[in-house]
Amino acid sequence: MKYALLVYLEEAKFDAMTQRERDSYVNASLDNDAELARSGHFIMAQALKTPPHAVSVRKRDGKVSVTDGPFAETKEHLGGFMLIEARDLNEAIKIAGDLPLARVGTIEVRPFEELTYIDIPEEEAAR
Amino acid sequence: MNEARGIERTVEAIYRAESRRVLATLIRLLSDFDLAEEALHDAFAAASERWRRDGAPANPRAWLVSAGRFKAIDRLRRRARFDASLTELAERLDAENQDAAMREAEEIEDDRLRLIFTCCHPSLPPDAQLALTLREVCGLTTEEIARAFLTAAPTLAQRIVRAKTRIRDAKIPYEVPARTDLPDRLDSVLHTIYLVFNEGYSASSGASLTRHDLSGEAIRLGRLLVELLPEPEAIGLLALMLLQESRRPARTSPSGELVLLADQDRTLWDRKQIEEGTALLERALFSRRFGPYTLQAAIAAVHANAPDTGATDWGEIAGLYDILLQADPSPVIALNRAAAIAMRDGPAAGLALIDAIFARGELLDYHLAHSARADFCRRLGRTADARASYLQALSLTRQEPERRFIERRLAELGE
Repeated sequence: MKYALLVYLEEAKFDAMTQRERDSYVNASLDNDAELARSGHFIMAQALKTPPHAVSVRKRDGKVSVTDGPFAETKEHLGGFMLIEARDLNEAIKIAGDLPLARVGTIEVRPFEELTYIDIPEEEAAR
Repeated sequence: MNEARGIERTVEAIYRAESRRVLATLIRLLSDFDLAEEALHDAFAAASERWRRDGAPANPRAWLVSAGRFKAIDRLRRRARFDASLTELAERLDAENQDAAMREAEEIEDDRLRLIFTCCHPSLPPDAQLALTLREVCGLTTEEIARAFLTAAPTLAQRIVRAKTRIRDAKIPYEVPARTDLPDRLDSVLHTIYLVFNEGYSASSGASLTRHDLSGEAIRLGRLLVELLPEPEAIGLLALMLLQESRRPARTSPSGELVLLADQDRTLWDRKQIEEGTALLERALFSRRFGPYTLQAAIAAVHANAPDTGATDWGEIAGLYDILLQADPSPVIALNRAAAIAMRDGPAAGLALIDAIFARGELLDYHLAHSARADFCRRLGRTADARASYLQALSLTRQEPERRFIERRLAELGE
């Protein structure tokens, strides 16, 4: 089964670290990716730029609006994500707990939802 | 190409047949559930790669255990770069003599038993014992167990995580209990297996196919236990499950309605299961060291071997319930005994017994107790009392087929 591990981080915690500490998290995370690739759990992993680099986009009544920053104002923001293949939710939890960033942030484990085409009756599909 | 697919299939077949045994041994060798699960995964990943090149080994189980152990030591060494405490563990595991760990075949057979006893350790809450047994011993995934128990997967996953933490923190030993502790500890294992069975057995609607599989899983567990530890009560439990399971095809009508024992088409009962269950029962009774499960199996066997309700030996059943109630004085058994005595001596006798149970403040929330009381009242012509008890049962039941059954009975009462 496939799961997304969403890594939520608090920027203030990283600001309080030395450069060396921050760098060691980067290396440990890359090592961990390699370990998961070796064991066949790894699909992909991606770190994300910080919230000041984000824009949020909506389209309502045909009009697109764009605002600065992430959609939700929270202390912890999405710092990156990883997609994995695991036997079940408990194996995914174990892998999440072993991420180096689990020691400073929160890892949200979300199972994939598989979408398939659905037969929609004509009159409703017309819209 | 075909050869590669052949090896894939071999690995899959070996996974199904051996993965739980290999896991059980790895847990002993590595003293850690999570590490052992990782090692199991790594060992099978290595197997599909290596066996494709070199062919499958003569003894795949030993190969997998050995590969798993080396992979675990590798992992610990790599991780030790960030967590120095792991270095010592890796060194220790490496120093242990692999051959000594593997030498005794008996030791390996016992590993599965160790795993069962650890998963059913009494210091774990019952629902955690259940979840852990199904995942680690039966190899079900967290999501499958959650579906079967109609529980949210995150809730079940947390139960498993907490149980494993508890095993680690409380240093629950990975061992088959000593003779003196065996009866109590075995009780806990049997109880877990029977809970799994009942979870599947009480689900009788067509929509609950996955729950039905739980009964099959419990019977498989029961067989494994009898194979590893042929104690009379383990044999009795397996007999009980087989005898109950034999009635499954007759318990629901084609439209999914509940059919009571008295109204079941007995030609639908599974004769092979009845024969096997009866033979196991005789084996358990012969030991003269049997207990409540064997007695319940004996009762089930009386039903299984009777051509219809009228020809059932209710005197024998009532007598078995008397002994059972002494061995296990629980209110549910007292209720079943009341039903048997009602069949032997008439509904008034049964009603008096149920009212005595209620007067003790027991089973007031149990829908089957109210439903039984309603049935006795109906047979005595006390329609108003019957209706009140059916309504009480209806307000307590959570299962759709049972609801419909009670509603039908209420409608039959008429005015």
